[in-house]
Amino acid sequence: MMSQARLYSIITDSNLSAKQKSHYLALEAEASLPYLAIDEKAQQAIDAGILCDMFEGHAPFKPRYVLPDYAKFLSQGSQYLELDAATNFDEALNLLTILYHHVPSVTSIPVYLGQLDTVLMPYIGDLNEQQIYQKIKLFWIMLDRTLPDAFMHVNIGPTDNIICRTILRVDAELKQIAPNLTFMYDVQVTPDDLLRQATDNICVCSKPHIANYPIHAETFDHTGFGIVSCYNSLPLAGGANTLVRMNLKEIAKKAQSKADFIETVLPEYCAIMFDLIDARSCFLHEESNFFKGFLTTEGLIDESRFAPMFGIYGMAEAVNVLMEKENINAQYGHDDISNQLGHAISKKLAEIVAATDVKYGYKGKALLHAQGGISLDKDVTPGVRIPYGTEPDPVTYVQANAPHHQYYSSGISDILTIDETVKTNPLAMFNLAKGTLQLGYREFTANVASNDLVRVTGYMVKLSDIATFDAQGSRTNTTFLGAEAAKNTGILDRKPRVAALETTPSYAN
Amino acid sequence: MPINFDKKGIVSKILTFSCVDGPGNRLVIFLQGCNYDCITCHNPHTINHCDDCGDCVVSCPTEALSLKINKVTWDESRCTGCDKCIEVCPNKSNPKTTIYSVRQLIELITKHHHFLNGITVSGGEATLQLGFVLELFKAVKASKELAQLSCFIDSNGSLSETGWYKLLPYIDGAMIDLKAWQDATHLWLTARGNHRVIQSINLLALSDKLHEVRLLYIPDKTDLLSEIDAVSKYLSMLPQQVNIRLNAFQHHGVIGDALMWDKCSEEQMQQFSSELTKRLGREVLVPSIYT
Ligand code: SF4
Ligand code: SF4
Repeated sequence: MMSQARLYSIITDSNLSAKQKSHYLALEAEASLPYLAIDEKAQQAIDAGILCDMFEGHAPFKPRYVLPDYAKFLSQGSQYLELDAATNFDEALNLLTILYHHVPSVTSIPVYLGQLDTVLMPYIGDLNEQQIYQKIKLFWIMLDRTLPDAFMHVNIGPTDNIICRTILRVDAELKQIAPNLTFMYDVQVTPDDLLRQATDNICVCSKPHIANYPIHAETFDHTGFGIVSCYNSLPLAGGANTLVRMNLKEIAKKAQSKADFIETVLPEYCAIMFDLIDARSCFLHEESNFFKGFLTTEGLIDESRFAPMFGIYGMAEAVNVLMEKENINAQYGHDDISNQLGHAISKKLAEIVAATDVKYGYKGKALLHAQGGISLDKDVTPGVRIPYGTEPDPVTYVQANAPHHQYYSSGISDILTIDETVKTNPLAMFNLAKGTLQLGYREFTANVASNDLVRVTGYMVKLSDIATFDAQGSRTNTTFLGAEAAKNTGILDRKPRVAALETTPSYAN
Repeated sequence: MPINFDKKGIVSKILTFSCVDGPGNRLVIFLQGCNYDCITCHNPHTINHCDDCGDCVVSCPTEALSLKINKVTWDESRCTGCDKCIEVCPNKSNPKTTIYSVRQLIELITKHHHFLNGITVSGGEATLQLGFVLELFKAVKASKELAQLSCFIDSNGSLSETGWYKLLPYIDGAMIDLKAWQDATHLWLTARGNHRVIQSINLLALSDKLHEVRLLYIPDKTDLLSEIDAVSKYLSMLPQQVNIRLNAFQHHGVIGDALMWDKCSEEQMQQFSSELTKRLGREVLVPSIYT
């Protein structure tokens, strides 16, 4: 609740920059409005910690994630911004830099910076390799220093081209938190040595994340898609209007048995969640006037390409709870019978989401998402992951979890932690990535144990920054999230250090 | 090429993900039994074959071990991996070995092959079960699905030339430990001389099958630093693509006297490796972790 004391403590917080303070003050202001009109069951489920609106605010006035069509923007310029179309590489970078400051998101910093190799290739003209390298490097430094949020995501690949190669080179050299990077891999298109460059980078800086291009492409139409923030796969020129998630662990506790869970309790809560999703997206689409802005009127986004994300988490605990109710001694991630129940739950969720119309969706539907957790989660595991500290070796992990991946059309946050010995043998990382993608993983995300730069759900933090955060505050917004996650979820105890969160929490002091 | 799929081996452990046993990710099969008795052994329980004395049975807190008709049997489903049994075994052995046929291993490798660059057999001393290793590698090479996997062997180098000639057609690479330079030092450390080791390294290098030579650096105990001129002169005659990997002596798994010895620190390793690189004129591989 907004109180003057709380506002005062934000304003006087010695660890926040002026900009960060403004952001938290705005969140407080929005939170002072009454919550949207939602039905009583939804309210009860929120209060009980079963459903969660991801702190998106009481009156959503911007979509959670926006994926503008940057290629279109460069080719047409913008009337609203009084910009001509780009005619060369410098102009293209300049135009992008400008537009990024006009793309909203839940964090107020753009989460999607574009499929940059495709977007920039038409403008390279006769620049040589060294010139391109210089320009990209400066652009990269600019992004990290002016938009310091690791949710911000660049996409490259699956084709082999000079921009893609240069971005990989610069990213490994600078080892910055931002931007985050997804490399698209297509077994038919991507040469092995390019994938090898990407997996070598993972050994150096835990980036990029590798997306299985054909699987994502099949999910969306020919206009395309992008990977944003923590591995959310969404329609290009569209995005996510909202993300609501359900805690499967809490729902499993309410069921009598496995069958009761799948046939009755789970569908009931799904229905309640759809009501909440509709209430939130109706406000955005009908009341907020967001879709009257220049992004829409100039055709960079299209209202009909926004979908709600139907998030789930706590699969591991849900399965373990249900196994206990069935008096079966088996553990998620380790026993076939548990893993199969997990897959059956994912299948059921996918069926429900595919069969339910929403008011504002992609082709009328929501998109299922295995959500990466937030900093406030305790004793519940992100998405469908195998719990911290109990993970089997990476190959067994992948074999246990691969069947889930087909169901989560808007992404699945599944991180593999790998011993630091892999650094002296990057070929092993390459083998692991290839095998993982071949087995039908939608995405391959690895975390190498001793890297200072590690992944926390989907964004990067520096461990050394976490250590000094309490004392000094941090220049980057997400280090704050990392520090909170480190305290609450014990991520630093995790054998290789990884945690999961994906949210903008409100001010937490 | 007839393959005996029923040939059996005694396996102490299998890892399906390893990035430290040869190029890329490898499935590693550790075979029970060794003909050396190194003071510094990190896995002493892989040295001898179990003689079914039964001493370990009572030590098991979960009753995973039992003595049936004078045979110790291990129930994997009850085992928590606490390794109490290994601690009490008076025989440097291990009740948790499993007998695998070539057929069973091929099934396991097939399940994992998408993730693999190849397989490595290690030990104990893998070549003591040469017949089994031969059939296994033959089977891998003959399988359509698995033929692209490389077959590596990790060995102490004690195998005879005749033995290596049998293996050569089926291996892609070998990793050999050179534990000391002087025969006397080697004898003291391992209970065997190093004549055979040098012979093995030479033969493998000549046949283009030598992947790596490993030197275990134990400060003040091994003669690798005091003999560094001779060691580097020998190593520099090996083909350039052969990895020279330095291992730092650590206490993990070690039993007996060697626990009183100093561990090799990162600084000591750096000193040794820089002396060596200076003389070799090329890079050597050093450990990434020190405990
Ligand atoms: S490792 Fe297994 S067999 Fe050995 S004592 Fe422990 S539980 Fe028993
Ligand atoms: S493992 Fe050791 S203690 Fe146990 S029965 Fe065999 S020799 Fe005896």
